[in-house]
Amino acid sequence: MDDHLELTAAYALDAVDPRERERYEAHLATCDRCREELASFWTVSGALAHAAGGPAPAPALRERILAQARSERPNLVPLRPRWALPAAASVAAVAAMLALALGLWGSSLAGELDRERSARAGAGEALAIVSDPGAHTVAFRGAEGHVVVSETGKAAVVLAGLDPAPEGKTYELWVVRNGVPRPAGLFEGSEARLVQVLTRPVPADAKVAVTLEDAGGVDTPTGPPLFETI
Amino acid sequence: MRIRDHAHLSDEALVALVARSDEGALAELYDRVGGIAYGLAYRVLRDEALAEDAVQEAFLGLWRAAATFIPERAKASTWILTLVHRRAVDLVRREERRRSEPLDEAPEGATGSAEDNAWLHLERERVQGALRLLPDQQREALELAYYGGFTQSELAERLGQPLGTIKSRMFSGLARLRELLDDSAERGSWTTTSS
Repeated sequence: MDDHLELTAAYALDAVDPRERERYEAHLATCDRCREELASFWTVSGALAHAAGGPAPAPALRERILAQARSERPNLVPLRPRWALPAAASVAAVAAMLALALGLWGSSLAGELDRERSARAGAGEALAIVSDPGAHTVAFRGAEGHVVVSETGKAAVVLAGLDPAPEGKTYELWVVRNGVPRPAGLFEGSEARLVQVLTRPVPADAKVAVTLEDAGGVDTPTGPPLFETI
Repeated sequence: MRIRDHAHLSDEALVALVARSDEGALAELYDRVGGIAYGLAYRVLRDEALAEDAVQEAFLGLWRAAATFIPERAKASTWILTLVHRRAVDLVRREERRRSEPLDEAPEGATGSAEDNAWLHLERERVQGALRLLPDQQREALELAYYGGFTQSELAERLGQPLGTIKSRMFSGLARLRELLDDSAERGSWTTTSS
């Protein structure tokens, strides 16, 4: 049997070590058959979850999750909510989760492999930021999305429903501090949903803005932002 | 009694609302999937605090990244359970807490309405029934991997089998379980309740 196809079962059961996981995910980027099989096997492992038979959670868990979410609602002043950080919180572990969400259920699965591979390489890092309990979120005004900023300032943008950049143009991200914008990465907006790590940290007193620029990007913005964080 | 003004929505519609920071939608998703998620995390981790962490981190990831979810590609509940399982397995490996023995009988981990709970109970019995029909070696491989958190290499060592044998037991077991679950869904009486 095809070695990768067989590994799909182990992957769907999370029975792989980190190196096997990484190699398999790299293969998935290029293999329709394995992606289809994985989606199907995930439905089966999801069924296994129903048969796990563990006890009911404490009611307080629901309230804790909702309180955490509420404190991050983008239309509120962003706080720095902290629950007791699990001693075992591991960046690599949450990174894997987002790779899963982005790499496999992301919309940019077909074609354009080179660009996808570079995007995918950032997916793990993006997931680590997005799932970091110590991070906070700041909403964009004028676009559907937000910026998630970790305690170290590493940040990822989450954007949905943006029109693709016109031919010959690109969206450019900026970290704006004391009125000075510094370039923080480019994106095409071709995906229905975008999660991208900013190429520079976002200090607490900075904003994140997006402009439309000529393809290739520029060092200083040529016009006012299309939208920026609150 | 909680007011469930999102109760009529599909899981996928709820995820779309979560992407727009609708807290009620997150609460409804938790009520539907949180109990299963916690039961799964507890089965893997055998520790209440760690299981809560796994569930909380997965729902937090959902809250922040719901916009990336593509409903055509998977059911929302599968997505959430996959996140929780991944997190639980990573935690259990780090904590060296892995267990292979089954749980003592525990009350079922439901958080939803009576109707949801009844459906979950049936679904649990259906999957457990299908598991019992698997060849022993396949069932053992699936249970140790999925509930025990063992990697395929660790399973090979533990069971004294070549890695290729373990891989093939997991693949055949999952494929067979898929058939059994499809069959039991086709027999009717289970198909009308999923949302």
